[in-house]
Amino acid sequence: MERSDAELIRAVLQGDMASFEPLVAKYSPRLFATARRYARREDEIEDIVQEIWSKAYHKLGSFRGEAPFEHWLMRMAVRTCYDFLRAHQRNRENTFTELTKEEDDWIERVMSAPEQVSEKAEAAKQLVEKLMQMLPPPARLIIQLLEIEDRSVKEISAMTGWSVPLVKVRAFRARAEMKKCLARIARDKYL
Amino acid sequence: MNLDNLHNKLITAARATPADDRVPYAFEKRVMARLAETVRVDLLGAWSAALWRGAVACLVVTMLSGAWLLRTEPSSEHAEFTPDFNAAVFNAGVFASAGSTDEVW
Repeated sequence: MERSDAELIRAVLQGDMASFEPLVAKYSPRLFATARRYARREDEIEDIVQEIWSKAYHKLGSFRGEAPFEHWLMRMAVRTCYDFLRAHQRNRENTFTELTKEEDDWIERVMSAPEQVSEKAEAAKQLVEKLMQMLPPPARLIIQLLEIEDRSVKEISAMTGWSVPLVKVRAFRARAEMKKCLARIARDKYL
Repeated sequence: MNLDNLHNKLITAARATPADDRVPYAFEKRVMARLAETVRVDLLGAWSAALWRGAVACLVVTMLSGAWLLRTEPSSEHAEFTPDFNAAVFNAGVFASAGSTDEVW
């Protein structure tokens, strides 16, 4: 019979390290999906997820069991991803890399006939990726959580440890930053 | 040029992209191996920290006893042995070793 998260956690806290493995197997797909939103290289992604599990294991004693384990783990995941973004801020590309022909065409079609353009196009996905890389870490995290994952300000506050007003301020700045980046792309293309 | 349109389209595109949740082969085994390693390192660390703490405690005790010995006045009664007693101990030592047949020079 499969043991519940609470049972596994209790066993780990009592010294049975092997009980941690089913938790790793169960939640790793979720953590990899999260990490892939913030890092590109597979080795970096793997390092991030390893780091999350290491933190989770060593801080398991602080898990009070009031909220599901997954929520507690995701909070740790978001904070680790943010730390990763900040650590790699210097590597962030300041200049927008050249647009491919497909991306160029996609933007042109959005500008001329937006209702006929598919958001599922590969070019759109690549553009989003490039755009996100242009944003500073707080802006990238906020856009990811607020706009793409559609989370509430309160949820983001709980996940990041930032106060609600700070999340709002950062969200405002992030949107402005994103607009600036978009304007840069458009200016490069149209002016 | 409508930047809001472009923004909305891009956000919709990002939302439409499912997150890739592939996990590398035997990843959980690697995580467990790494955790076991860190726990072992932690045990060594804890042992070394305990030793250091013990060393510091010993040093403090030594210094305190030293300070206490320096501060306390030697009592006149037991401060020095009498010259007779010293001579007796000296003689006993010297003659005992001289009379010893087991000693090989």
